[in-house]
Amino acid sequence: MSTEFDRKSHNTLVDANLQLAIYTATARLKEKRIEVVSSEALPDYQELRTQANAIKKHTIDNLDHYLEEFERNVAAHGGKVVYCKDGTEVSDFVLQLAKERAAHLIVKSKSMTTEEVDLNERLAHHGLESVETDLGEYILQLANERPYHIVAPALHMTRYQVADIFERCLNVPRETVIEKQTALARSVLREKFLAADIGISGANFLVADSGAVVIIENEGNARLTTTAPKIHIAVAGIEKVIPRAQDLATFLKLLARSATGQLLSVYTSFLSGPRRASEIDGPDEFYVVLLDNGRTRLLPDKAKRQSLYCIRCGACLNTCPVYRKIGGHSFPWVYSGPIGAILTPQFMGLQHEPSLPFASSLCGACGEVCPVKIDIPRILLELRSDTRKADARENRNRLEKLAFRAFAWLMTHPRLFEMAGRIGRSLGWPAGTKGPLGAWLSERDLPPLPAHSFREMWRRR
Amino acid sequence: MSRDYILHRIRTALGRGAGQPVADPPPARIRVPQVSMEARVASMVERVRALAAEAVESDDPRGFVASAIAGKTAVASNAPFLAECGIAGLPGVRTGITDREELRELCATADVGITSADYALADTGTLVMLASPREARLISLLPPAHIAVVPRERILTGLDELFSLLPNPAELTSSMVLITGPSRTADIEQILVRGVHGPGILSVVVV
Repeated sequence: MSTEFDRKSHNTLVDANLQLAIYTATARLKEKRIEVVSSEALPDYQELRTQANAIKKHTIDNLDHYLEEFERNVAAHGGKVVYCKDGTEVSDFVLQLAKERAAHLIVKSKSMTTEEVDLNERLAHHGLESVETDLGEYILQLANERPYHIVAPALHMTRYQVADIFERCLNVPRETVIEKQTALARSVLREKFLAADIGISGANFLVADSGAVVIIENEGNARLTTTAPKIHIAVAGIEKVIPRAQDLATFLKLLARSATGQLLSVYTSFLSGPRRASEIDGPDEFYVVLLDNGRTRLLPDKAKRQSLYCIRCGACLNTCPVYRKIGGHSFPWVYSGPIGAILTPQFMGLQHEPSLPFASSLCGACGEVCPVKIDIPRILLELRSDTRKADARENRNRLEKLAFRAFAWLMTHPRLFEMAGRIGRSLGWPAGTKGPLGAWLSERDLPPLPAHSFREMWRRR
Repeated sequence: MSRDYILHRIRTALGRGAGQPVADPPPARIRVPQVSMEARVASMVERVRALAAEAVESDDPRGFVASAIAGKTAVASNAPFLAECGIAGLPGVRTGITDREELRELCATADVGITSADYALADTGTLVMLASPREARLISLLPPAHIAVVPRERILTGLDELFSLLPNPAELTSSMVLITGPSRTADIEQILVRGVHGPGILSVVVV
């Protein structure tokens, strides 16, 4: 078991303020979702989920076809698709373009995909300023932290922490009123928008038949990012593609409802290429970076391939009893909660955090709320099995295996088993067990042994 | 760069050959309900109000806009409907701008942006804005307040009707934006604040 994961989880569990913040935020999001997907509010919710799952399955099963169709249509509208294996290739592309266009300032709207590859840090390393413009992401960038939640990135921060960060980083008098903090961020970032040379966004969907990227948000920063600068670069995972614009009628109904309990998010932008000759404003150049970064690793496995259906709504986080206790920063990579527990080992390799698939009660809530019906509990089980198989292959956990073999032997020898039980009861086992067995039991609950065994009761009846 | 490498990896993993045809995707799920115009207008107004925005049905859009922008500076889009309603000619309203830089300067300082909308969606209270010579993107984005003047016959039932009318919006425009309420955030302590980057004040006038 990893000490880092344990340590961070433990620190979260003992922090009362943090527990309250996580609990209230996830409870709000969870309750709002339940209201808007109820059978009164959305009678065809289950049909929409089934449809969304069928479309995602079809697209991922034919991914090369839809990526090529998307690429052709982006080009037809005057844009360009750039395929990147990893973060180095993404930053190389951006740096090269920035150099050619003599660009100095980049504005960025929220994108988990760029978080995966630490794009801001890579660009900063080469002297290129890249400013996050989503309010939560901006605060996190100033504080040098990563998102706590897919949808509510600064969920763990209080207004007082925000006040400290703004005071320290922006050289302004301390301000603890949330409306004023927001207005301050607006005015600082407005200057950045109007001065920026390049805007980098993420993408919620890539529409193959239109060559369009779809970006969904509430603040308006993604609209500004994709409209104000002369160059727009959208960075998206290859799994984001869907076949037709008409499929949005399904996905848009599910995404905002599942994420924040809204019927639609405030802004849904459907962008295909640079501005056309007759249009008044918009960018002159339009690029879509299609990122692999481990995604193609998931494709060979037919059962686990569905992990790529995820539309990043965060509903599984809000409903997960584990996420709601240990929070987002305990997870070893950018994706947290149940979806993080299945994406991280598959993108990064099982060894990245071997205990992750085990940090779940398998209650099934995540699978139940997933708008695209990813069977997360089943994938967790598959990953547990993979982990154990890898352990066996690499001869790890030999002691545990030996202990189970000994236990099996004991259980098939009734007299010895009874005797062992008697000794165990007289010693008050399992309380106070030390050594490797004690460590093993520290994460498991064994009931105390009863005063009399079943055999004894049977004899006395 | 890595195009061929990635596509090759995908095909190998999926057991597909280059250019191998695919079966048709599941049919798109489009269900357009029959809703009377009166009910659409009523739903539009109700939904917009539920989003903490203003919504009015008006026979005198010019009068409404005039009082809303009294003493303020405004930029109006080139939508013919705004001219028809006499809004483009109101005092304090700049309109007819076709130059990007000029428009940007104006929008960055104006108090109010005035647009029409190509469509509206009754069941969610949404405005549908297609970038064109008539509608620029920044007018509904940079000023702190946005007024949209929408002819009632443009109100559709919802997303399904929109995508049945426009099965491929990219054929018409490089930018289709759906606006559902004023700009908002809840990133600090889940407290709702309006107008974080886009307009915090939204008024929808149904004509």
